[in-house]
Amino acid sequence: MSGGTSPIFGNLNWNVTPYTDAFQHPDSSTIIGAGAASVLVLGAIAGLALLTYMRWWGPLYRNWLTSPDAKKIGIMYIALALVMLTRGIIEGFVMRAHQATALGTLSAQESGLVAPDHFAELFSTHGTIMIFFVAMPLLIGLINFVMTQQLGARDMAFPVLNQVSLGLTAAGAALVMISLLVGQFGTGGWTMYPPYTGKIFSPGEGVDYWLWAILISGMGSTLTGMNFAVTIFKHRAPGMHLMRMPLFCWTSLCVAIMLIYAMPALTVSSAMLALDRYADFHFFTNASGGNMMNYANIFWMFGHPEVYILILPAFGVFSEISSTFSGKRLYGYTSLVIASMSIAVISFTVWLHHFFTMGQSAGVNIAFGIATMIIGIPTGVKIYDWMATMWRGRVRITAPIVYLTGFFLLFVIGGLSGIILANPSIDYQVHNSTFLVAHFHNVIIPGVLYGMLAGIHYWFPKAFGFRLSETWGRRTALLFVGGFVFTFMPLYVLGLMGMPRRSPTFQNPDFMPWMYLAAFGGVLMMCALASLVWTFWASYRNRVALAVPGGDPWNGSTLEWSTPAPVPEWTFPCIPQVSARHDWGERKRAGDPWKGPAAYTDIEMPANTVHGLLIAIAAFALGFAMVWHIWWLAIISILAIPGIVVIRGLRVIEPRIIPAAEVAEADRRFRRLVENLPPATRADEETERNRGVPDITEFAG
Amino acid sequence: MSENTLYPGLNLGETHGEAHEQAESIVFGFWVFLMSDLIIFGILFASYASYLDPIGMAGGPGPKDLFDIKSVALQTGFLLFGGIAYAGVSLALKYEQGRAKLIAWLLVCAVLGAGFVVFEVKDFVTQAGKGGIPQASGWLSSYWTLVGLHGFHVCCGILWILTMIVQIATRGVDDTVKVRLSMLGVFWHFLDLIWVGIFSLVFLVPLA
Ligand code: HEM
Ligand SMILES: [Cu+2]
Repeated sequence: MSGGTSPIFGNLNWNVTPYTDAFQHPDSSTIIGAGAASVLVLGAIAGLALLTYMRWWGPLYRNWLTSPDAKKIGIMYIALALVMLTRGIIEGFVMRAHQATALGTLSAQESGLVAPDHFAELFSTHGTIMIFFVAMPLLIGLINFVMTQQLGARDMAFPVLNQVSLGLTAAGAALVMISLLVGQFGTGGWTMYPPYTGKIFSPGEGVDYWLWAILISGMGSTLTGMNFAVTIFKHRAPGMHLMRMPLFCWTSLCVAIMLIYAMPALTVSSAMLALDRYADFHFFTNASGGNMMNYANIFWMFGHPEVYILILPAFGVFSEISSTFSGKRLYGYTSLVIASMSIAVISFTVWLHHFFTMGQSAGVNIAFGIATMIIGIPTGVKIYDWMATMWRGRVRITAPIVYLTGFFLLFVIGGLSGIILANPSIDYQVHNSTFLVAHFHNVIIPGVLYGMLAGIHYWFPKAFGFRLSETWGRRTALLFVGGFVFTFMPLYVLGLMGMPRRSPTFQNPDFMPWMYLAAFGGVLMMCALASLVWTFWASYRNRVALAVPGGDPWNGSTLEWSTPAPVPEWTFPCIPQVSARHDWGERKRAGDPWKGPAAYTDIEMPANTVHGLLIAIAAFALGFAMVWHIWWLAIISILAIPGIVVIRGLRVIEPRIIPAAEVAEADRRFRRLVENLPPATRADEETERNRGVPDITEFAG
Repeated sequence: MSENTLYPGLNLGETHGEAHEQAESIVFGFWVFLMSDLIIFGILFASYASYLDPIGMAGGPGPKDLFDIKSVALQTGFLLFGGIAYAGVSLALKYEQGRAKLIAWLLVCAVLGAGFVVFEVKDFVTQAGKGGIPQASGWLSSYWTLVGLHGFHVCCGILWILTMIVQIATRGVDDTVKVRLSMLGVFWHFLDLIWVGIFSLVFLVPLA
């Protein structure tokens, strides 16, 4: 950050990389920083080399980056999320390792693996990444992939807009990633509260990285919400009444509505903070009439609905898998719908519980405390519904069911600790302690992470044509469960012992046993991550034995299981006519579910386009330029974005037509294949005999 | 698609054509987008209210020093008549009165919108001259942000009108253009709606 601002390079200079620090004063902290940057650089080089060597650039560009197909976009979201998850978990591990060595004394306070500032960067990037670039893309990706198929729709309502959303999310993630190498990230936590993050206390690029990553990806999420909502309201297959939608679609609808109404709050709070920092406005400054409490207020108007945005898709996944793997119909469909919608609505009325201690009157605190507790009721209803679904079912202990069981046991504990925190007088005691850290990880990991991983395991064959290894899947799930227990249960105790969150150091030796336990949990989490990667790799190598071309490996009851695996780009040869809630299941019950359509017609698909990619590049350039005050680049990119949109608007764009003959050919081939594959019974499900054609006489869902 | 009814807006042509089917989801989507935009304005309104006190003004110039209600009334006139003029566009579209009429009405809207912007910018400049810059206090920060964002929307609307004129001139009035015109209409009226809020809450309340 030394030197003035150059007109061409802004604040950039050769000293912004962590290597400068590592050379000047090498210690464990700066070396870890330089190491992380090196991993990023080497990873990028390896990726580029692999693409070049395998000649994948062409296919990557043609089949993926320019594709407006919601299913592919969904897969790309999930791939992005898994890359970011890797970084997030490693950071979590480094923080745990740090705190296990961070026992200081009053005279020598700083100790441990990393310097205090570096620790602050770690929890800030970790939190930001996990929420915005892991959990969000995981759920948005899964909804993209699954929802259109479950609704019997050909694609999203606005396929190209969908591409733009992905591009904006990826641009935000890229900003957070590049901050490893170029400059530093902010140290204000994932919430970046001013005035600490204002210009006076946090000069430099750190907070700006956060701001632009959030503003850009937040825009993407808002657009996604609209896209989901319009798709659900307007693009369902004929006969797919709202009350016939699979539960995952219901939770997607809740998510869509919440994205539409919650994301703007984040956009506003971040934009105001940006104005304070860039243009000397006084929204949140200490002087001149600024009021930082407005930031907390607006941020959490987004923040609390956000946590339910994260959890509801997982609830959707659990609804699907509890029924499928128990071979039973989902218990209490209507109550689950009502519960989901109630959660979505009530979640907008509780945000104040994030700052009970900020000095409003007791009456206000009580009102929000009670609202918070009320939200536990619909959530409880759901847990009972899933348990009732599994009750007396023939439950197969597949990997998703292991996740579900872990969820049952752990999420309830997390929920109950939330109810404890909802009581303002208790919150005054444990506010900002590691008790809170334990609480939110306790809902977010068993809820969001397990749910999404279970969903990925469940729908993976639909995307790639082969199942994931059940053995490795179960090992991964168990490691995540064990890892969670060891990492976070000690934090409840530490919080009650008075340890504040975000502490780079502490002086109480009594903390140490719990720190070691938590560090061991961190090791388990790393093992779980490795095991997750291995699951994909081992299953890929074994893909011939795991192939399920019949497309229905779990004897499912919703529409997406009626198509081949991997699912063709047009999904359905003809848009299905839906006549029941579990349409595919009912067709199984009626016999001969795989009967082909009588006639085929041409299919119109949106043409591939670079639109999303161009916007992503411009958005990234805009963010980067603003962070480093490279004004010329900022101006060019901010003009480029509407420019790209207008140019597209002026052209007449023809859809791509897939001729009926081609569809008929592929579809008939699939029907013949299904006839010739031996039906697999429930007992065969995990064996090679499962080719994706289940024994429909066993269907009981 | 689904068994939902058709797009409830004005006919996009003499008969219900294909444009109507497209309008069904695109215009609905645009409504949804505006609802999200409305939340942004809603939060800015609330913030403005929270800074509207002596602490928020922090000893800087206040509403009585800065606001010129006559100019604000004039802006209101421009903007609302601009909104009414859009009816001309919708009717010309519905009765297929030809490109020239469509473009003429669009130009009327653009000119009235531009009149609004001119007076608004003039006000901003005078206010800044009196020390009422956004850096002066929390209240002024929120004033400039809220009113400025609305003004920015109006500018976008004018640009959108101009690109629509180009589209009508180059590609003609095809279904896509018709649907875009009906979205533009929703947007243009939305700006009036926000302005009514600004006029009352931002200007009238503190002057009252
Ligand atoms: C998988 C293993 C994980 C580990 C080992 C881990 C560890 C940690 C640690 C040590 C902290 C700092 C606690 C403190 O402030 O004292 C933290 C904070 C946080 N974590 Fe995690 N975490 C994990 C997973 C997740 C996941 C999956 C999410 C969300 C999807 C998440 C979201 C957060 C957030 C939002 C914060 C708060 C950051 C802040 O203080 O601003 N974490 N985590
Ligand atoms: Cu909350």
